[in-house]
Amino acid sequence: MKIKVNGEAVELEKELTVSELLVKQDVDMPDMVSVELNGEILDRDTFSDTVVKDGDQVEFLYFMGGGASVRF
Amino acid sequence: MYDFSEEQLQRYSRHIILQDVGVEGQEKLLTSSVLIIGTGGLGTPAAQFLAAAGIGKIGLVDADKVELSNLQRQVLHHTPDVGKLKVQSAKEKINAMNPDVEVKTYDYYLTSQNIKEVIREYDFVIDGTDNFPAKFLINDACVMEGKPFSHAGIIRFGGQTTTVVPGEDTPCYRCMFPQPPKPGSVPSCKEAGVIGVMGGVIGTIQATEAIKYILGKGELLTGKLLTYDALKMDFRKINLNKRENCGICSDDPEITELIDYEQGVCEL
Repeated sequence: MKIKVNGEAVELEKELTVSELLVKQDVDMPDMVSVELNGEILDRDTFSDTVVKDGDQVEFLYFMGGGASVRF
Repeated sequence: MYDFSEEQLQRYSRHIILQDVGVEGQEKLLTSSVLIIGTGGLGTPAAQFLAAAGIGKIGLVDADKVELSNLQRQVLHHTPDVGKLKVQSAKEKINAMNPDVEVKTYDYYLTSQNIKEVIREYDFVIDGTDNFPAKFLINDACVMEGKPFSHAGIIRFGGQTTTVVPGEDTPCYRCMFPQPPKPGSVPSCKEAGVIGVMGGVIGTIQATEAIKYILGKGELLTGKLLTYDALKMDFRKINLNKRENCGICSDDPEITELIDYEQGVCEL
């Protein structure tokens, strides 16, 4: 099956949960990611039982601060 | 009608001959006000273009002093400014750049206790902060006060920005990110860092949004998160919808008072 992740086509052998997709896509800080599935932002506690299906559009939104502040 | 001086007609001539600005648009800019929260990587490029454009009143919020490590990207602060309050350093440059701009400085942190009264004085707010507690506080306060604002974040070779206009059927920052990341989940300091130009690109886009909002021209980045990957030189707009159960901008919000979240030891 084919899905789109952040605009790029991704081929999957089978349906995966959002949690599994985060692992498969090698997202290194999943706690820093918000997930939009077909235009809807998912609640974090539904990642493990929301299944991504053929044709779905997934967007990983990354938390970004200022990139700068190092407080001693 | 605003009484333009000969000098002002020259200074703003490239705006005035621009069809979507004109004398009327320049008058709007000269009689408007923008608050810039954080005068660092995002806030300084935003401030300098807003000042050059002739925004009548610019508020600058920052409690920090200029450090040597800021100069790689915070272009309004110069080497002799190290040790000076950032708001003072930025104010001096803006005053030299454009005497039409009134600059008001706030050399303290905004909290749940003082943010509302500060943002009330301005037409538009730019979030140029570097930490998540501030970003959520700005979002929530602006939603509560019905104040439009530009959100942005930058890290490494990436940046993103969106514009929030409360009261419209478009999402707020909390629709996209319902809760701040847990302090333990943010990357460690050594994984952070940012390419110097990133704040210039994204902060300038924030200034563009403020100017478009004031002019009432074009389409804002409402309902869209613009992401920029400098390594791939790729800009993308992600469409975003308002979340029905958003904690702050839904019809029956769960959050009714502002929250001061804990600042992690080493946030981004």
